[in-house]
Amino acid sequence: MKKRDFVLVGAVLAAALLCWLVPRALGIFGRTQDTELVITVDGEEYGRYPLSEDQVIKINETNVCQISNGEVNMTEADCPDKLCMHQGPAREQGQTIVCLPNKVVLEITGETQENQADSVAQ
Amino acid sequence: MNRTASMGLFSAVAIILGYVETLLPVFTGIPGVKLGLANLVVVFLLYTFSWKEAAVVSVIRIIVIGFLFGNLFSILFSLAGAGFSLAVMTGIKKISGMSIVGASIAGGVTHNLGQILVASVVLENKNLLLYYFPVLLIAGLITGFLIGLLSAEILKRTAGRNRL
Repeated sequence: MKKRDFVLVGAVLAAALLCWLVPRALGIFGRTQDTELVITVDGEEYGRYPLSEDQVIKINETNVCQISNGEVNMTEADCPDKLCMHQGPAREQGQTIVCLPNKVVLEITGETQENQADSVAQ
Repeated sequence: MNRTASMGLFSAVAIILGYVETLLPVFTGIPGVKLGLANLVVVFLLYTFSWKEAAVVSVIRIIVIGFLFGNLFSILFSLAGAGFSLAVMTGIKKISGMSIVGASIAGGVTHNLGQILVASVVLENKNLLLYYFPVLLIAGLITGFLIGLLSAEILKRTAGRNRL
């Protein structure tokens, strides 16, 4: 081992440390996309909730949905068939959970969506 | 010794070392990290003969080992890594003040770098590169160091007996 070998070892170690720290400092990993849950009742917007925050949302007196780990589930519904409770979980942009009897729509939206069409021909 | 026969011999040694390595779970737990025993032959050839001999043996080894134990992707990854690392080691050999251990370390690191570059292009995943890079840097450093020490020892013990 010569002197410049140690310089090389030091450089590699420094580079590894940098590559380890920098993406973490910038928060590149673990950043979930800015997706939101939009709840619509009878065609009118009821509220918007970020998917990054775990919470339980009561929708009027008819339904309850839950956000956990970036996923949305309908946990309660007072309708007889309870189809909406079996539709989940919804986690990606564009996914919906619909409770038809109560006219409740849970939709996931986001700022950017890579595989969305650039334009639509009409 | 006949040049073609020598190349065949060294290729055989490299292939056997590559096989032996599949039997040794040296760095288990981290996918893609291995000692790179076969690179011993490449480093040795680079320092006893030239980069051309090292390149020939390297390519033969990768293709044979790839068909025996790997798949087309592993051949692609290996060729990228080996090509990159041999180029860098050839350059380092010419720098005065760096020993075979330094060249081997640089080779180990750049071997991993080449592989992960190809992997992230093939898998179209930039995060893979970012996430895995530091691990592979350290892994290349350690394996390169060990291979370099071994190569230095082999060179010392076979000095004066190596000619084509």
